[in-house]
Amino acid sequence: MELLLAVTIGTVYAAAFYLLLRRGLVKLVLGIALLSQAVNLLLFAAGGLREGAVPFIAADETTLAATGADPLPQALILTAIVISFGVLAFTLAMVHRADQSTGTDDLDDLKSTDAP
Amino acid sequence: MNAVTFAILTPLVAATLCMLTLRSGVAQRLFGVGGMAVLLLVAVRLMSEVADGSVLVVRFGDWPAPFGIVLVGDLLSGIMVLVSAIIGLAVAVYSLADIDARRERFGYYTFLHFMMLGVCGSFLTGDIFNMFVWFEVMLISSFVLMSLGGERPQMEGAVKYVTLNLISSSLFLAACGILYGQTGTLNMADLAVRSREYMRPELLTMTAMLFLVAFGLKAAMFPLFFWLPASYHTPPVAVSAVFAGLLTKVGVYALIRTFTLIFTNDVVFTHGLLLGLAGATMIAGVLGAMIQFDFRRLLSFHIVSQIGYMVLGLALFTPLAVAATVFYIFHHIVVKANLFLISGITARYGGTFDLKKLGGFYAALPLLALLFFIPAMSLGGIPPLSGFFAKFGIVKAGLAGDTVFGGWAVVLAVVALAVGLLTLFSMTKIWAEVFWKAPTEGHVPHGGAIPAGEKFLLFAPVAALAALTLAISFFPQYFFDFAARAAEQLLHPETYIKAVLEPVP
Repeated sequence: MELLLAVTIGTVYAAAFYLLLRRGLVKLVLGIALLSQAVNLLLFAAGGLREGAVPFIAADETTLAATGADPLPQALILTAIVISFGVLAFTLAMVHRADQSTGTDDLDDLKSTDAP
Repeated sequence: MNAVTFAILTPLVAATLCMLTLRSGVAQRLFGVGGMAVLLLVAVRLMSEVADGSVLVVRFGDWPAPFGIVLVGDLLSGIMVLVSAIIGLAVAVYSLADIDARRERFGYYTFLHFMMLGVCGSFLTGDIFNMFVWFEVMLISSFVLMSLGGERPQMEGAVKYVTLNLISSSLFLAACGILYGQTGTLNMADLAVRSREYMRPELLTMTAMLFLVAFGLKAAMFPLFFWLPASYHTPPVAVSAVFAGLLTKVGVYALIRTFTLIFTNDVVFTHGLLLGLAGATMIAGVLGAMIQFDFRRLLSFHIVSQIGYMVLGLALFTPLAVAATVFYIFHHIVVKANLFLISGITARYGGTFDLKKLGGFYAALPLLALLFFIPAMSLGGIPPLSGFFAKFGIVKAGLAGDTVFGGWAVVLAVVALAVGLLTLFSMTKIWAEVFWKAPTEGHVPHGGAIPAGEKFLLFAPVAALAALTLAISFFPQYFFDFAARAAEQLLHPETYIKAVLEPVP
């Protein structure tokens, strides 16, 4: 399971960076979206993988058993998903506006403000 | 409830009020400036509460740390919130004359306050994941402020600014996840304790590197600074000024907080790397500035070079060096925001930001020349102005020989001196081009175009910030004393850790 997830995370990261390095504005947005998904998966994996375990405290216990799944990474991922949703919505609006005011979606043409 | 809570609540309430009154320009301006004024009062109150060295802790929902999220107010946080509130108020007043009605209607003041919320939250949180969330609050508001108006240069700058900052955020989040996976906690005080017990030292150093890249990108450190001079000169001047003053310094604050509290297991490696990067940042920034002839772009490169000084102080990691860093940040935020505001005034009079086209301001506006002279010479480090004491502290710490870096600290101190000289060169270039040179055709400064009321709104914040610079210059021992005590707290985090982790009665 760890190996599968590690390979998946690596692939998603690679795809995200490939898209970020392309010249198209839309590919940039897709790259940002994929990047946040890759990080979410990483958070999930970093929290520890326990197959078939549930994050519940048994009725007669006061603490989570050592075999239970840790619920906190999932709370973190949920927060991160909400944030990345908001950021993605903004990025889409920004790209739309950038396309309107510059008339191009090629990042190489967006360098008039760069320092020489 | 104490001042820490109110430092978060005030910008939140102000932003909400601004949002509810989007249709009324008058109400928005009132809440926009009023909110900043209240925040300044809260910040002064916060400062008075932490001045004696006590650490204020607010527990969300009364959950004891490390299980709940905590807000922590110590001296460094207090100083940062205070200077942010000062800049916030100055920029809000300046905005009254600088921001057009269209941007106001689309929520300029709302997002200004949301950004202040994110900035204050980042300074006050005691939880690393919570800091990520505050960073996002600050970033997304700054994205809106950056692109509000939608002009072509703004959008070009915004695309780069947004992309690079989102990559930095995803690194920050990934680093938080790895840290949590290893230690099982996100509370910074608890992390300081548990990272020693549960993490292999080399793994902790590796995580430190992830944080270094994430915060370094936000702080515009070498080699990740290029987004800053490509974007900071594109939005309206008021936005530029508040970005220049506050945003990169949040990155520096996060570096200071994590590299004094958590990542101190291998100082020779981590802080040695910071030392090298600080030197490269100083040199790259100041050399980049030398060839610039756009007023704001030149100042943007100087932000980069000044970040190098602050990181240098942190890297040297002695009480004097860290104190000098805290002093440097306070002095720098005031000076840099002020210079951006002044660039806006010269552009209003001369119609351009191009240094080659501007000219004749010394004859036309001697008061503005004086107001420019104070922060510019302070940035260059001319005694008796505040920048001199800031640079003096850092160079002295480098030459003192009590660091773990030996000869390298001396080398970096010499670099800092040389960069100071080049900074002065840039400032004299602006002085010669804008103030001394004869006015050029079509860009003769004429005061008649600006109504008296607007003139007051433009000059009052500039004069107030210049007066503050003079106050720091003539009473540096008072400010340095605070900085020294903040450094004492940072280098001996036991008080911080004990205050956060002590059980709730």
